[in-house]
Amino acid sequence: MDTLFLARTQFTLTALFHFFFVPLTIGLSIFTAILETAYVRTGSEKYKQLTKFWGNLFLINFAVGVVSGIVMEFQFGMNWSKYSLFVGDIFGVPLAIEALLAFFIESTFLGIWVFGWSILPKTLHVAAIWIVAAGSWLSALWILVANSFMQSPVGYKMAADGSRAEMTDFSALLFNPYVWKQFPHVLAAGIVTCGFLVIAISSWHLIRQTKNCEAFALSMKFGTIYAFIGTILVILAGHAQAQNLIKTQPMKIAAAEALWESKNPASFSLFTIGDEKKLKDVFSIRIPGMLSFLAYNSFTGKVMGIKELQIEYEKKYGSGNYIPSIVTAYWSFRFMVGAGGFMFLVSLLALVKVLKGNYTYSPWLGTIFFWSFLLPYIANSAGWILAEMGRQPWIVFGLLKTEDSVSPASVVGTGELLISIITFTLIYILLMLADLFLLKKHAKAGLLTAE
Amino acid sequence: MNVQTIWFILITVLFIGFFLLEGFDFGVGVLLPFISSEDRERRTVIKTIGPFWDGNEVWFITAGGALFAAFPVWYATLFSGFYLVFLLLLVAMIIRGVAFEFRSKHDNPQWRNFWDWSIFWGSIIPAILWGVAFSNFIRGVPIDKNLNYAGGFFNLLNPYALVCGLTSLSIFTLHGAIFLSLKTTGNLREKALTYAKTVWGPATLLCFIFMLYTVSETDLYQKLGTNPGVVSVFSVLSLLSVIFLLKKRACGWAFTMTGMAIAFSTMTIFMGLYPRVLISSLNPQWSLTIYNASSSNYTLGIMSIVALIFIPLVLLYQGWSYWVFRKRISTDSELDY
Repeated sequence: MDTLFLARTQFTLTALFHFFFVPLTIGLSIFTAILETAYVRTGSEKYKQLTKFWGNLFLINFAVGVVSGIVMEFQFGMNWSKYSLFVGDIFGVPLAIEALLAFFIESTFLGIWVFGWSILPKTLHVAAIWIVAAGSWLSALWILVANSFMQSPVGYKMAADGSRAEMTDFSALLFNPYVWKQFPHVLAAGIVTCGFLVIAISSWHLIRQTKNCEAFALSMKFGTIYAFIGTILVILAGHAQAQNLIKTQPMKIAAAEALWESKNPASFSLFTIGDEKKLKDVFSIRIPGMLSFLAYNSFTGKVMGIKELQIEYEKKYGSGNYIPSIVTAYWSFRFMVGAGGFMFLVSLLALVKVLKGNYTYSPWLGTIFFWSFLLPYIANSAGWILAEMGRQPWIVFGLLKTEDSVSPASVVGTGELLISIITFTLIYILLMLADLFLLKKHAKAGLLTAE
Repeated sequence: MNVQTIWFILITVLFIGFFLLEGFDFGVGVLLPFISSEDRERRTVIKTIGPFWDGNEVWFITAGGALFAAFPVWYATLFSGFYLVFLLLLVAMIIRGVAFEFRSKHDNPQWRNFWDWSIFWGSIIPAILWGVAFSNFIRGVPIDKNLNYAGGFFNLLNPYALVCGLTSLSIFTLHGAIFLSLKTTGNLREKALTYAKTVWGPATLLCFIFMLYTVSETDLYQKLGTNPGVVSVFSVLSLLSVIFLLKKRACGWAFTMTGMAIAFSTMTIFMGLYPRVLISSLNPQWSLTIYNASSSNYTLGIMSIVALIFIPLVLLYQGWSYWVFRKRISTDSELDY
């Protein structure tokens, strides 16, 4: 085992663990704020109880998101010191701004919200949770500004000695087209994640006819509309992002589609078993012209294939292998899009029931509604696996390779990395168990204990 | 003044903010299991820092981010070099952060006890490690000519660093005990006062040992002159005054004075470092300085604008939050945590 492998393993673990909590934080902060706004406007006790119920689940989830985020920020310096040296001039800036703008807002106003129920006037109190929600958007925005530089570097020049990239245009970094395709997709993913959790928990209570059914019907209504709107947005934003990828990272799209040869029109793969060594299909079912349509909103248009891109990149960057793991990119894309399709169907089904004002569910419908909360989690993880793995072998596309980014083995050896991987894994397991235990306990208990 | 120096000062300000604020909630966390075994009292103790601790911690997160942006070489060499120190620190911050949120959400006594001790360990470990880290900054660590750390974990645990670790622990505990006495009533307040008076002695003694040790271990005094300057003198005088203020029950002033001691000693260390940021014990030429470790002038300029707008804003709303929760908390008040 070399340090590169260990550092990548640790990054994967931490990033996936962190992003297990982030989307729900984004979605649930807005959802709680909406409920509390309804309470302030109507004065209805039902809304207050719902605010406290969902707010409580929000807090449990938020805590783990925050602490795993700290590891994200500092593992760049610990495990990826050569990367930090290479991009610090650029990448460090959005990270610092994220802390200064977003983390201070989130932490301070969340404290005010949690402890301010009996101290602050109602309007100021509801303002606090909206500010927390806005803080979580800002946080997402700035970390995606940082990530977008890795995906599609802009606003930089190489230093005279080639040792690092230097920022030349801060606004180019902020208005990187990649950011403004990725950011809506991530925000919408947060809304969807929350919407499906609300559907799951509310329908669970409605089917069992627990106390406060009236309030849970209300929460089912809000949650369903929220999930449906979120699903539509996440699909539209995802589509826009894919069209941008065709321009910025064609290799990622080609790998996600197992498109070996450049094609015009290009077909969309429904199911492919490929041979990654020989770069060809073993078995494949494809929809003709569909990939061209997704790329250009027209059934014709050339989509570059893996082989042609490899030749082009060898000319541009010198000899080497520029093909990411195709099986990873291909299947993560399918899991994400597949989960998205199911989410659309389930939220549509829930919406039809809500529009009819019908809050009774058959047991099988209840089962579907409940377990659908997993779909956004599958899509969220798969989406990031595609985004990061599809960029390989680059850590910063076209500028720096992942293998050249890890801390020197003389400073951070396999011993240190093993110790930290084992430590973090044990802690993540402990936190996940404690978190799920508390979420389940409080979700099951219903409204009264939320007081 | 060049932009590198401005950023050196801003980093100093961020660390002073961090130690001033997080210092007292570290102290409260260290005292938590000892000050009471009764659940309601423990919850009251936690509630005194409940609205603040997370915002206080962000001072460090921001300092870390600012280090990355303004001095990437400092960030990269420090975090990869002090690997196990930061691993321990992260572990402490993780368990502490969730412990505050999780402990009262389930009413099993073992559950609560587990998270209370997590708060304790999550507070005592960083309170010691920050002393260890800063003393190594001024003492110097093996940095090679490529500006990489060339030592191991145990280079960092030298006797001088351990003395400094205990010093920072004792001062933060004192700071926390005084904070508690300011925020509580009745029995809890009396207990907090007693703890403050008890901790003051060892804290002051450790501080003097640390200062004497500093003369032999570092070039701090050669650099600042035999006349150590007003800053470090103020630091000592503030700490000495605390016991008299405590005896007069002037806790607000005592808290101000421990705060001054923390701020002035942090400032002294940074003044001793300047313009270096990590001193090489192998060759003075290989030390990291604000010049060979910094970002480009363009980046530092952008960061300066951002900092000058947003740091005052943060001070404003964090100050407001302290004002909102200015009242003392008694054990029969409503407990949100």
